Amino acid sequence: MNVISTHIGQPVSRIDGVAKVTGQAKYAAEPHPPGMLYGVVVNSPIAHGRIETIHDTGARQVPGVIEIMTHLNRPHAALFEKSYMDGLGVPGAPYRPLHDGEIHFNGQPVAVVFAETFEAAREAAMLVRVDYERWPHNANFEVALHQKYMPSKTRSNYVPPKPRGDAAAAYALSAVKTEGRYHLAPEHHNPMEMHATTVIVEDDGTFTVWDKTQGPQAVQAYLASALSLSKDQVRVRNPYVGGAFGSGLRAVYNVFLATLAAKMLKRAVRVTLTRPQMFTHAFRPEAVMDIALGASRDSTLQSMIVKGVTDTSRFEHNMENIVIWGLINYRCPNATADYKVAPRDTYTSSDMRAPGAATGVNLLEMAIDEMAYACGMDPLAFRLHNYSDIDAMHDMPLTSKALRDAMAQGAQHFGWHDRSMIPGSMRDGRELVGWGMATGIWDAMFSPTSARARLGQDGRLHIATAASDIGTGTYTILAQTAAEAFGMPLDRIDIELGDSALPECPTEGGSWTAASAGAAVWLACHSLRTKLFAALARCKNAPSWARQDSVKLEGGALHGMNENAQDSLSLSDALSLTGQDVLEAEETAKPGLRGKISQMRKARFTHSAVFCEVRVDPELDTVRVTRLVNAVAAGRIMNPKTAASQIRGAMVMATGMALHEESLMDERVGRFMNHNFAEYHIPAHADIPDMDVLFVNEHDDEVSPLGVKGIGEIGMCGTAAAIANAIFHATGRRYRNLPIMPGA
Amino acid sequence: MTRESVAVPCRLQINGQDYSADLPPSVTLLDLLRERLDLTGTKKGCDHGQCGACTVLVDGKRVKSCLILAVSIPDSVVTTIEGIAQDGRLHPMQQAFIDADAFQCGYCTPGQIMSAIALLEEGHIHSRAEIREFMSGNLCRCGAYNGIINAIEQVVSRQHRNQAGEAA
Amino acid sequence: MRSFSYSRPTTFDEACRNAEHTRFLAGGTNLIDLMKSDVERPTHVIDIGSLPMRDIADRPDGGLRLGALVTNADTAAHPLVIDRYPLLASAILAGASPQIRNMATNGGNLNQRTRCHYFYDPAMACNKRSPDTGCAARGGRNRIMAVLGTSDACIATFPSDMCIALAALNATVNLHGPDGGRTVGVRDYHRLPGDMPWRDNILQPGEIVTSIDLPPAPFGPHHTYLKIRDRLSFAFAIVSVAVGLHMEDGRIACGSIALGGVGTKPWCVPEAEALLDGRPPSHSLFRDVAERLLHGAVADRDNAAKIRLAPRVIERALWQAAAGTPQSQTDKTIR
Repeated sequence: MNVISTHIGQPVSRIDGVAKVTGQAKYAAEPHPPGMLYGVVVNSPIAHGRIETIHDTGARQVPGVIEIMTHLNRPHAALFEKSYMDGLGVPGAPYRPLHDGEIHFNGQPVAVVFAETFEAAREAAMLVRVDYERWPHNANFEVALHQKYMPSKTRSNYVPPKPRGDAAAAYALSAVKTEGRYHLAPEHHNPMEMHATTVIVEDDGTFTVWDKTQGPQAVQAYLASALSLSKDQVRVRNPYVGGAFGSGLRAVYNVFLATLAAKMLKRAVRVTLTRPQMFTHAFRPEAVMDIALGASRDSTLQSMIVKGVTDTSRFEHNMENIVIWGLINYRCPNATADYKVAPRDTYTSSDMRAPGAATGVNLLEMAIDEMAYACGMDPLAFRLHNYSDIDAMHDMPLTSKALRDAMAQGAQHFGWHDRSMIPGSMRDGRELVGWGMATGIWDAMFSPTSARARLGQDGRLHIATAASDIGTGTYTILAQTAAEAFGMPLDRIDIELGDSALPECPTEGGSWTAASAGAAVWLACHSLRTKLFAALARCKNAPSWARQDSVKLEGGALHGMNENAQDSLSLSDALSLTGQDVLEAEETAKPGLRGKISQMRKARFTHSAVFCEVRVDPELDTVRVTRLVNAVAAGRIMNPKTAASQIRGAMVMATGMALHEESLMDERVGRFMNHNFAEYHIPAHADIPDMDVLFVNEHDDEVSPLGVKGIGEIGMCGTAAAIANAIFHATGRRYRNLPIMPGA
Repeated sequence: MTRESVAVPCRLQINGQDYSADLPPSVTLLDLLRERLDLTGTKKGCDHGQCGACTVLVDGKRVKSCLILAVSIPDSVVTTIEGIAQDGRLHPMQQAFIDADAFQCGYCTPGQIMSAIALLEEGHIHSRAEIREFMSGNLCRCGAYNGIINAIEQVVSRQHRNQAGEAA
Repeated sequence: MRSFSYSRPTTFDEACRNAEHTRFLAGGTNLIDLMKSDVERPTHVIDIGSLPMRDIADRPDGGLRLGALVTNADTAAHPLVIDRYPLLASAILAGASPQIRNMATNGGNLNQRTRCHYFYDPAMACNKRSPDTGCAARGGRNRIMAVLGTSDACIATFPSDMCIALAALNATVNLHGPDGGRTVGVRDYHRLPGDMPWRDNILQPGEIVTSIDLPPAPFGPHHTYLKIRDRLSFAFAIVSVAVGLHMEDGRIACGSIALGGVGTKPWCVPEAEALLDGRPPSHSLFRDVAERLLHGAVADRDNAAKIRLAPRVIERALWQAAAGTPQSQTDKTIR
């Protein structure tokens, strides 16, 4: 598609800004239907076993308590595990909340107290006592590594590594070798809004479910299946989502429990998780990667051997693409990789921002830095020297890869060329200064998506799709797209998202929403234009200029062309002339035949080059990130203002990954112990320097209909490695475990 | 152990309006606002004083409303995010947050804005480092930190210009 | 939070009654948090917010009296505190967040409880929370736990920053209880856990802190509060050091040091401080002092790094104090 940009590509402020800065935006726990009950969940303190007895007498005596729902008294829910499958496609047997008395993980819900007030529910939840029979468990990752396996059925998005050459032989012959075990601690998403569900029981008995999710239609399908309802009995809404980062990809237990209770009690209910309970579901898996690299004396990579393991639960096989990235992104004639999962008695690990790549790219890029130093070559030069213009793993060309430009522009902006190669050679007072860099890569994905465009008598353009804006700026870029496609000023466009009743849109995630929903809105708006023109052409009482081909829609009005250039017609008037109240068009954006062929023939990725400065006090183990520059090649940038925020935000999260974030598992009980914001440290204001984001010009008509690649994840990929590599440059010490903390 | 929760009188002025009721003492200011007064602009991000999403002004000072029993601040003046726009016009800090793209999901935003307004009153605005340190009680998982500091600096510099204008 | 009855007395006699299962409420930043976590379960809460303890006033000896209900923020911003006790102001600003400091009181700071993961989680065994139930922190994820003053029953770290400065300043604490008033040195206020870790301090039932007295401090610019933590703000200390040195002609006449983040109480070792008397600053002296301070440190599973790190932080803090270049709590560069 050819897009002449008057709206797309402009740094427009968020159209949901006023709602958010005034506190008017309503999140999942904020509708307050009359008679609503508050639900507070009681969780298991053991990892594996069986509930023997639930003592709830004391809890039931708390004034205001209405019901305590457990596996013993819950209403009917689907029996079989397959009914609890959700859109994420993790093979295995999904966890069924309150299904029976068996305990599969520490933190598993065992009861939910419902009361007239939050205070009563909270107190009663503290009074529920449960006796357990404890069974043996293992929550130790090191032990789990001995039981690692390859699931017989793999996750739908799993990309099996494809070996090339003879990596072992080439490694043996390599003049320069590096080898190491790299480790990433488990992390929790910890969006600022805790997972919550408010269920409204409508007069006709259907349920309107306000849920914190990234996919309202996925949750609708899940609830319908798991609660044996028809889809039209459940409507899921999430117009505002207080961050998610993957924690809302799967249905979290609160939505099941709240809807089940609403069914049971025939009343509106709300279940909000506590911050400690945010550590009882999804988390980024703990990971180890063994990386062996071999190079010839001229710094040419000759061999790459990557072995990786991530953890999963006993009941599901969560898989991540952690080992493939180096094989794709580097020109190395001999390469092989191996991936396994290691089972623990915990909840299933899950996708967290840039799943797979955040782990695999960062750990690999730390190893690449080691190899560059082993070769005695500047890390940027080393990467350029071993640059691949194709997907080297699949031997496939790419739709585009402006990583060279990103490296050059990032390096220029950062001042990389003034860097001294020798570790520990840059000092400022007591502090050692380190400059490190890394590259990033993430899939550029596109999923079929539908959108509806509607023109009303008020002359406003209404766009609807079941996408979710989890802070990503989707409202804004879709408005820009509609403005561009329809010829409408931004302030006359309404965007409706976050509702399962709207045209079909896949769950928000993986950075595909901008490309996919954007294309759907583009098509719907064009279709609506065509409909409008056609309706006018048929319309006898419309001015003759407006009934011809030479009419254009610009600035929210119809204009004549050539000799009729002075003539115009408002959209409301035009609609009146057609005799219709509304004009509507719905379209679905699909790859199409050309797109499908392209997907078979060409690989598609987003790329980045990250540069970092740290200051390290070598005696005190303190690390401060003082500069970050990220040059991103992501195709067309819909809105440089919100896109830069996306990249910066991911860099903040990656700073946490590099320096702060670790969910501390007490293996003895299988419980994450630092389950709060005081001891699970996400970066604070003071940790984050000014960060510069550059978008490299990358024209790519093939990757998606609008030339968009998506920018939600790429900022995670490489940034943590750039920080770790900068710490090496400052200190001469290699840290192979993230996060790198004082005393490490 | 007997537990009696006798309701206790609670008298407050919230966003310019008098509020009085008998409340169980276990009701926090945050839950009073969100659950009983439908002032859901003040957010619950942790409920333990560790994130700053629930920041409101009590008698002009920024505090975490999740750690305050509503009955324990008799006759206090409470200002929430719903109470800072005047005559339908956004507070300059609200506008600056939009201009500087100082939020993404918007959930920490009311707390950041209330905190920033108090920060200006406190005067901890002499450098970006100082602003960062004195905003560190407000976590943002979307990582909008750069934008937030830019928004605050924008308001500070506009104030300085206005003051300079008045002085001239 | 379990339900409770609430009162807000206006006199000390009304407030200071020895009643079971009662807790005093001041700023609430710790108590309400603990009640929500089901760690504290009072049946009655006495809100002491109306008691007259909100002044900062000069003492006849040239010192200062800090009312127990003065907030941490107001204390740190008070001109007399900034002028005479910048060490205290600095330590306060190193802790918590502006909002918390606006609420938290000086008396409450003395009584704040540990951040031990196991103490905070009623699903786990903790002698401090529930006497004689065991200590799950031992052998658990205890990177943040104490290495000094621990016992078999407890390795929970004392969490305050302000109290570390108070210990270095040799403050005294004024108490009021059912039997009248008494005064104790701040260094004697907190208890080692021993076999009764549930008792954090020497407060008796019904007793409250009314004020804190600061004796004159002869340190001039020769002080610092240096705090190492896992993120650069709004985090508890891994190691912190409060130092005040009385310098005379380039020599240390006497010095005062307290450690935070490593002990089960504010950690002071008079023998270590005595090593400083009359000596010029030197690497070997400061190393000896650090070594003496860490004497007897014991690591458990995850916290040996504190024992390696603490001496280096102590030495740096001593140098900062000797040079008269106290650590800024805003500029994160450690000089």
